[in-house]
Amino acid sequence: MDLAINALRFIANSALDVLPIAIFLFVFQRVVIGGPMPNRNRILIGFGFVIVGLGLFLVGLEQTLFPLGRLMAQQLTSPEFLMSDAANSVSILTWQDFYWVYIFAAAIGFSTAMAEPALIAVSMKANSVSAGAIGVTGLRVAVAIGVSVGVSLGCFRIITGLPLQYFITGVYLVVILQTAMAPKLIVPLAYDSGGVATSTVTVPLVTALGLGLAEAVPGRSPLLDGFGLVAFACLFPIISVLAYGQLAALRERVSTSNGDQRDTEQEENHAL
Amino acid sequence: MKESLYALAKDAANSLRDLLPIVLVIGVFQVFVIRQPVEGLMSLFIGGLLVVAGLACFIFGLRLALFPVGEGLAYSLAGKGSVFWLITFAFVLGFGTTVAEPALIAVAAEAAQVAAAAGEITSSAESMARYAYGLRMTVALAVGVALVIGVFRILANWSLPLIIIGGYVLVILLTGLAPPEIVGIAYDSGAVTTSTVTVPLVTALGVGLASSLRGRNPMIDGFGLIALASLTPILFVLIYGILV
Repeated sequence: MDLAINALRFIANSALDVLPIAIFLFVFQRVVIGGPMPNRNRILIGFGFVIVGLGLFLVGLEQTLFPLGRLMAQQLTSPEFLMSDAANSVSILTWQDFYWVYIFAAAIGFSTAMAEPALIAVSMKANSVSAGAIGVTGLRVAVAIGVSVGVSLGCFRIITGLPLQYFITGVYLVVILQTAMAPKLIVPLAYDSGGVATSTVTVPLVTALGLGLAEAVPGRSPLLDGFGLVAFACLFPIISVLAYGQLAALRERVSTSNGDQRDTEQEENHAL
Repeated sequence: MKESLYALAKDAANSLRDLLPIVLVIGVFQVFVIRQPVEGLMSLFIGGLLVVAGLACFIFGLRLALFPVGEGLAYSLAGKGSVFWLITFAFVLGFGTTVAEPALIAVAAEAAQVAAAAGEITSSAESMARYAYGLRMTVALAVGVALVIGVFRILANWSLPLIIIGGYVLVILLTGLAPPEIVGIAYDSGAVTTSTVTVPLVTALGVGLASSLRGRNPMIDGFGLIALASLTPILFVLIYGILV
């Protein structure tokens, strides 16, 4: 019963959020473009689905992803869990003792990025715009590896308490260097891939993990240390996608020096 | 009707498949690593079903409504060739989709809870709602501005790496000035804005625009709007932190 009331409340909220966009699009069509909206009824039904979907999604999220992510972060960082390893009889924990957290962070980062609908959409778009040179799965895997490394390293930062800006500055420097060396075609897509990777599925789970971890690790404040994990998940795909472009260019160069032009083209397509 | 039901069922199946690796990771960790019983399995199960159903409905509706409308308008505007309306459209699109963004709503609420717990704001429901609302508005404004800059960049043929790297330098400078507790939230807010609603719409806008202009490569000029939309919220939230 509570759930039904909750669901209705969330649906009403999402209606308040989505309706302005819908009204704007309709007014814009009528006033600026001129003429009625093509397929009006279809579109109105679609907006209904968007509103109900958003509401249900948010209710479900509050009931599962947030508490579960937090619960697991707490369980994986609880002293009982960390001490249960035979090697660990001393009461002082070092950052190495949190290895399960890093493995969990990498696994959850990879799986949420691969599941991200926005990433699938952009990969398909990049595939068609590049005339097949960029593979849908290849790009998704490259991005997911970036997210995986980013979330894992972000957990390391929360546990050690090192300042966020050191890491961010470091990543920026690597991105700047790679930008100078990577093939020009991949650069804008790589920049985009960070924002694309951190979307509907990844953000709630990774945020919950970061906040849970910051609450569980002694001496960490959720406000100072809990945030910043999503930023890691957002930045590292830029590096991994640029690297993916560099790798493809490198393979192309190697096969070009071997001769046969036809093979080179195939190799390039295959590599990307 | 039959086709729509089929499409909806397919969306549900896709949502299930997309969420499966996460369920798998969590399941494997619970069974083999944590080895503790999970409480409220039934509630988690129902919640999981709601997430799948919600995502399926959302994506189904997105394809039915937001995609054709957004893309249609983007192409019509590019064809019309009015810079003013193109920019207005870009701003409202960025602002509108971000304000409605579920991930941003969720994270702003979490941020408000954390801020209240840390004594940054009073922990009354009203002040927490106001904090979350302020954060959402700041980020939405930033995304609107990002799309305006991005559309302008495509029209004027500016270099994307120069803008992005210049933005990075500004972020690092502002980080030194901003109060430390806002820094994490600011960095995160850039990543949070670009979600399932925004990304396909904005990508279609950029690629469509770059394709319709002569002498532009859609691969080089069409992408990059999302990158800007990830960068400006960091700057805006840092400035918000400095001013407030």
